Amino acid sequence: MAGGNILHLGIKELRSLARDPVMLVLIFWAFTFSIYGGATAMPESLHKAPIAIVDEDRSPLSQRIIAAFYPPFFLPPVIITQAEMDARMDAGLDTFALDIPPEFQSDVLAGKTPTIQLNIDATRMSQAFTGNAYIQTIVTGEVEAFVRRHRSDGAPPVNLVLRARFNPQLSKSWFGSVMEVINNVTLLSIVLTGAALIREREHGTIEHLLVMPVTPLQIMTSKVWAMGLVVLVACAASLAVVVQGLLHVPIEGSVALFLAGAALHLFATTSMGIFLGTVARSMPQFGLLLILVLLPLQMLSGGTTPRESMPEIVQAIMQAAPTTHFVILAQAILYRGAGLAVVWPQFLALGLIGAVLFGYALTRFRKAIGTMA
Amino acid sequence: MNPSPPPIARLRDIGLRHGAVDALDAVSLDIPAGIMVGLIGPDGVGKSSLLSLLAGARAVRTGTLEALGGDMADARHRRAVVPRIAYMPQGLGKNLYPTLSVFENVDFFGRLFGHDRAERETRIAQLLTGTGLAPFAARPAGKLSGGMKQKLGLCCALIHDPDLLILDEPTTGVDPLSRRQFWDLIDAIRRQRPGMSVVVATAYMEEAARFDWLVAMDAGRVLATGTAADILARTGSTSLEAAFIALLPEEKRRGYRPVEIIPRDAGADGEPAIEARGLTKRFGDFTAVDHVSFRIGRGEIFGFLGSNGCGKTTTMKMLTGLLPASDGQAWLFGSAVDPHDLATRRRVGYMSQGFSLYTELTVRQNLELHARLFHVPPGEVAGRIDEMARRFDLAGIMEALPDALPLGHRQRLSLAVALIHRPEMLILDEPTSGVDPVARDAFWRILMDLARVERVTIFISTHFMNEAERCDRISLMHAGRVLVSDAPAALVAKRGTATLEDAFIAYLEEAETGQPAQAPVASPPPRAMTGRTALRAFDVRRMLSYARRETLELRRDPIRATLALLGTLILMFVMGYGISLDVEDLTFAVLDRDQTAISRDYALNLAGSRYFVERPPIADHDDLDRRMRSGEVGLAIEIPPGFGRDIAHGRVVEIGAWIDGAMPQRAETIRGYVQGMHAQWLAAKLAETTGKPASLVGIETRFRYNPDVKSLVAMVPAVIPLLLMLIPAMLTALSVVREKELGSIVNLYVTPVTRLEFLLGKQVPYIGLAMVNYLLLALLAVTLFGVPLKGSFPALTVATLLYVTSATAIGLLISTFMRSQIAAIFGTAVLSILPAVQFSGMIDPVPSLEGAGALIGRIYPATYYLVIVRGTFAKALGFQDLGPSFVPLLIAIPVLLGLCVALLKKQEG
Repeated sequence: MAGGNILHLGIKELRSLARDPVMLVLIFWAFTFSIYGGATAMPESLHKAPIAIVDEDRSPLSQRIIAAFYPPFFLPPVIITQAEMDARMDAGLDTFALDIPPEFQSDVLAGKTPTIQLNIDATRMSQAFTGNAYIQTIVTGEVEAFVRRHRSDGAPPVNLVLRARFNPQLSKSWFGSVMEVINNVTLLSIVLTGAALIREREHGTIEHLLVMPVTPLQIMTSKVWAMGLVVLVACAASLAVVVQGLLHVPIEGSVALFLAGAALHLFATTSMGIFLGTVARSMPQFGLLLILVLLPLQMLSGGTTPRESMPEIVQAIMQAAPTTHFVILAQAILYRGAGLAVVWPQFLALGLIGAVLFGYALTRFRKAIGTMA
Repeated sequence: MNPSPPPIARLRDIGLRHGAVDALDAVSLDIPAGIMVGLIGPDGVGKSSLLSLLAGARAVRTGTLEALGGDMADARHRRAVVPRIAYMPQGLGKNLYPTLSVFENVDFFGRLFGHDRAERETRIAQLLTGTGLAPFAARPAGKLSGGMKQKLGLCCALIHDPDLLILDEPTTGVDPLSRRQFWDLIDAIRRQRPGMSVVVATAYMEEAARFDWLVAMDAGRVLATGTAADILARTGSTSLEAAFIALLPEEKRRGYRPVEIIPRDAGADGEPAIEARGLTKRFGDFTAVDHVSFRIGRGEIFGFLGSNGCGKTTTMKMLTGLLPASDGQAWLFGSAVDPHDLATRRRVGYMSQGFSLYTELTVRQNLELHARLFHVPPGEVAGRIDEMARRFDLAGIMEALPDALPLGHRQRLSLAVALIHRPEMLILDEPTSGVDPVARDAFWRILMDLARVERVTIFISTHFMNEAERCDRISLMHAGRVLVSDAPAALVAKRGTATLEDAFIAYLEEAETGQPAQAPVASPPPRAMTGRTALRAFDVRRMLSYARRETLELRRDPIRATLALLGTLILMFVMGYGISLDVEDLTFAVLDRDQTAISRDYALNLAGSRYFVERPPIADHDDLDRRMRSGEVGLAIEIPPGFGRDIAHGRVVEIGAWIDGAMPQRAETIRGYVQGMHAQWLAAKLAETTGKPASLVGIETRFRYNPDVKSLVAMVPAVIPLLLMLIPAMLTALSVVREKELGSIVNLYVTPVTRLEFLLGKQVPYIGLAMVNYLLLALLAVTLFGVPLKGSFPALTVATLLYVTSATAIGLLISTFMRSQIAAIFGTAVLSILPAVQFSGMIDPVPSLEGAGALIGRIYPATYYLVIVRGTFAKALGFQDLGPSFVPLLIAIPVLLGLCVALLKKQEG
C-alpha cells in the first residue's frame, strides 16, 4: 500500500517535471554546457601575466632576460624606468616588475652573485605564487645558459624528478569538469525537490494530497526518490558523454561506485531541499535562501580550494556538510581510482548526514503541513 | 436615461489578445459621461481588460480609444488626463501596499499627486472619517478585512478629485453589509460631485440594478447596452441573471436548464454525517474560527455563506483534518476527526477553493493518480475513469492539460476527481467562483443529483446568494462566527425581509455591536484646496514619495532586510575563506630507502617548512600507492638506496617526488615549493662542501602590498565589489518585479509619476542600504579578518557610493525585462556574479583576459571599483592616485539609468 503510493506519487513528480520546460532546460544546461564551460573556461594558472622590466644594465644579458618573457605565460614586457615602477603597480597595471641592476652582466661574470629585484603585486594571489616560480626559473636559466658559454661549472649532483600522479599534465579541465558535475548535482537536487514542494503549495495541490489517504512520509519519500533519480541519471549521462566523451578526461576508478556515492549524497541533498521548501513561504524566499545555503556548501566543501588551507573551525563545521564528503569521495574515486576500502568513511558519513537531514526534514514537513494547507 | 453631454469615452474596434485568446474582440462603445456605468458579465470576459485600457494602464493595440476628449494612445494626452482619472484595479487591495498603514497608503498617493503636507493631512483626515476608516489609520493595509481594503482603495482613488472613477469589481469577495456600505459611499460621493463619471465592473448581477447604464459582456464582446429596465424588457426576464443568460449566444445556452430544486426527504436517518461542537481555530492572537457548531445530516446540502476571510475555508480545513482545531471537536460519520485516520479520508471527497489539481498532468492522468492514491482496485480504475468522463462530459478533453481548458471544464474536472473514489461526503470550498451563470447552473444540477439520488452529503461554501438559496440549510458566517443556521426560506421569514441578502445584512448588523446599525454617513471629500499642480517633467516630491514608501516597505519585510544585511556578512565570511588561494599544511611523507644521515637531512628540510606537515614514513610502494589514492598525502618523496654514498662519490642521483595532481592548482603550488626547497638544500650542501657561492644570481622577491602573501589580505577586499554588486542589484531588481507580481506596478501606469522619478525613488533607499552594507563589510574586513585599511577612507567611501549607484541601476535594468521574482533572483545572480568574479580582475587581472571577457571587463564598473578597493585597502592610496578609476564609475551611472528609462514601460503590454 505505502509502496504503491510512493511509486505513484513519484511517477507524478516525474510527469510534472517532464512538463516543466524551464527545469528541463536548467537540467540539460547544468549537465552539458555548464560542465563544458566550467572545464574549458578555467584559465591556466599563468596566462598573459602583465610584467614590466626596469633595465638599468642594458647589456646583452639583460636583453636576453627581457626576451625570455613572451606569451602565453606573460604579456610582452613593458620597459619602464625605476620611477614609473611604483605608480604602475599602484594603478594595478603590472603584476610583476623586475629590476635588473647596473653592472649586472659584469658582476655575474665576475662571480659576485648580483641580486635582481622582483616586485610582485601580492594582492593578485592567482598569479603571484606561480609567477614567482616561473620568473625565478626563467631568470636563473637564462643566466646559467649565458654564463655556460663563458665558463663551465659542474651540473648539480642531485636531480629532483617530479611527477604529478593522477593528472600528469596538471590539466585544469580534468579538475574543473568533475567539480562542476559535483556542484551541479548538489544545486539541482536542492532546487528540484524544494521547488517541487513549493510549487505544490503555491498551486494548492498539497491540500489535495493531504486529504487523501497518504502520509507525509510517503509524500516526502516520493519526491526524494523521483528527483534523486533524475539528477543521478543526468549525472551519469553527463559523466559518460561530456566528461569522458567530449572532454576526454580519463576516469581512474569505478563509475558505479561513484554513482553509489552520488546516490547517498542525493539522499542528503534532496532532504535538504525539502527542508528549505518548508522554511521558505514562497518561490522568491526559496531563491534567496538557496543562494545563502548553496554558496557555503559549494565553496567551503574543498571542491574550489583545498580544505587544509581553511581555518580549523571552518573545516570542523564543514564536516557536517554532505558536499565535503562527496567531494572527497569523488576525487578519490574518479581521479585516484580509490575503491570502497578507501572511501568507506565518506559513505558512512554521507549515510549518517542523509539520515539526520531526512528525519529532520520529515518532522519539519509534518509540522509545516498545518500552516501550508 | 438620455445622456446629453458627449461621452466620457469612445471606443472603436478595440481588440486585445492575451496569447492566443481574444480578450477583447472589436469592441465599439460610447460610454456616457456623468453617470454610473456598469460592466456586467462573469470573470474572464474582458471587463478588466476594457477598464485597464480606459484607465491608460494598458496600451491600446488595435482600434482607437478616446477618453476625456483625447486619444489614449497619445502619450501626451495621457499625461495630461492622468490626474483626472482614478483607477482601482481588481483584487482586494491590489494597488495598495499591505505592509504600509492605512494612513501611509493614502499619504503615498497624496504625495504622488503633489499635495503639500497641510492639504494632505486635511484631505486624508476627511476621507478616512468619511469612510469610517479613521479608527484604523495605523493598521497595516494587509490586515484589513476585504470591505475595509476596498474602502481604503477608494480613499486612495479619491484623494485627487478625479473626473472619471474606474472601479474594477470593487465588491467581489466582500460581505453583503460592507458591499451595501460601499455603494452608499459611492452614492454619497456622487451626490457631492455630480459631474463625476463612474465606470464599474461587477460579476454580481444583483448589484447591476443600481447602475444607471449597463454594458453586458461575454467572451470579449458586448452583448447589449442600456438601462437595467431596457435590458429586462428586451429579454422579457424578471432578473438580470436570467436576462444575461438570455442574451448569451445560442451555442452557449444550448442544453441550459434552470436548476430544479428537489426538496430533501424528511425522514432522513438520525446519525449526522458531520457534526461540529465549539470548533475554534486561533492563529496567534487572531481567532479565525470562533466556537462554530453545526450538524449536517446524510444526503443534505448544507451551505456556508460569508465573505472572504470570515472563516469558511478554515472551518472546512479543520473538518478535513488539514488543520488541527485549537479547541472544540468535529465528527465525520460519528468518529472524531483525526488527521492520521486514513480510512475516513477515503469516504470524503474534497474540492478546494480555486482550481488546485496538477496542471502538468492531463485530465486522464489527474483522474488516474487520484484513483490510485485512493486505492481504487487496479482492475476498476479504467472503468471508473470512463464513468467520470461520461458523467462530467470530459470525454473529448481527456488528453488535454487543465491550463488549456475553460474554467467551467476545470471545475467539472475538480468535481470528477473529488468523486472518483465514490465518497459518501463532499466538501466543496467556493467551487463556483469565477464561473459563468450557465456553467454554474449545470454544476448545481450535478450536485442536486448526487445529493438526492446517491444520497451524498454535500457541504458547500459560497458567496452567491442565489446558490445559497438552493441549499437545504445554510449557516451565515461572519468574522469567524456562525450567526445563524437554518433553511434559507426560514431565515428570510424569520427576519421578515424580502431577500436572503437583506436577511443576511440584518444579521450582520445585529452582530456588529458597537457599529451603527445603518451605513455610516459618508462625509464627502472636499474639493482640492489648491489647483491641480502643473505637470512637471521631474518632480522631486513624487520621487521622494516612492523613496519613502520603498523605505517603509523594506523596513517591514524581514526576509529582504535579513538577506540584505546578514546575507552579505555570511557571504563575505564564506568567500573570504572559500576563495582562499593559500596553500599551507600540505601533507607529505617520505619513502626513505637510504636511511642515512644525509637522506634524513633532506626530509627534515621539507618538514621544517611552514608549508608542509609530515606524516608517518612510507613503508613501500604499495603503501605509497594506497596513501596517495586515499588523498592522505599530497606529496610523496622517494629517496633511492645508496643516496648518501652516491652523493659522496659525486655520482648523479635522482630523488623521486610524486605530487597528487587531483587538484591542479594545489599541485602546481606544491611543485613550486618542492623545487624551491630542493634548490635551497642543494645550494646549502654545495656551500657546505665547496665553500663556493651557491648560485650565479640572487633573486630578491618582494611581495608588495601583502608581504606575507596571505589570501585573506588579497581576497577579502576583492569580495567587497562582488557582494556590493550582487546584493544591491538583486534587491532593486526584486523591488520592481515584486510590484509587477503583486499588481501595485499599476500605480506607475495610472498616476502622474514619471519613469525617472519611479526609478530613482526605488533606487535611493537601496543605495542607502548598500552604504550601510559597505560599512559593515569594511568593519568585518578590518576586525574579524584583520585586513588593515591603509589608504584613504573618504576615497573608498565616495567610490563605493558611485559604485552602488551603478549596481542598483543594473538591478533596475534587469527588472525591466524580468517578470517573476524567482527569475529576477537567478537572473541577477548569473548576470552579476559571472562578470564580477571572472571578468573584473578579482581572480585574474583584466589585462590577462581575452575575447569577450576582456571586453566586458573593460566596461563593467566592478573592474574600476576593484582597483580602488585594492588601492585603498592594500596599497595605501587616496583620491590623487586613483583618480582615473573614478571616471568610468561616473560615466556608468547616467548610461545605466538612461537605459532603464528607455526600457521601462509606462503602460502594460
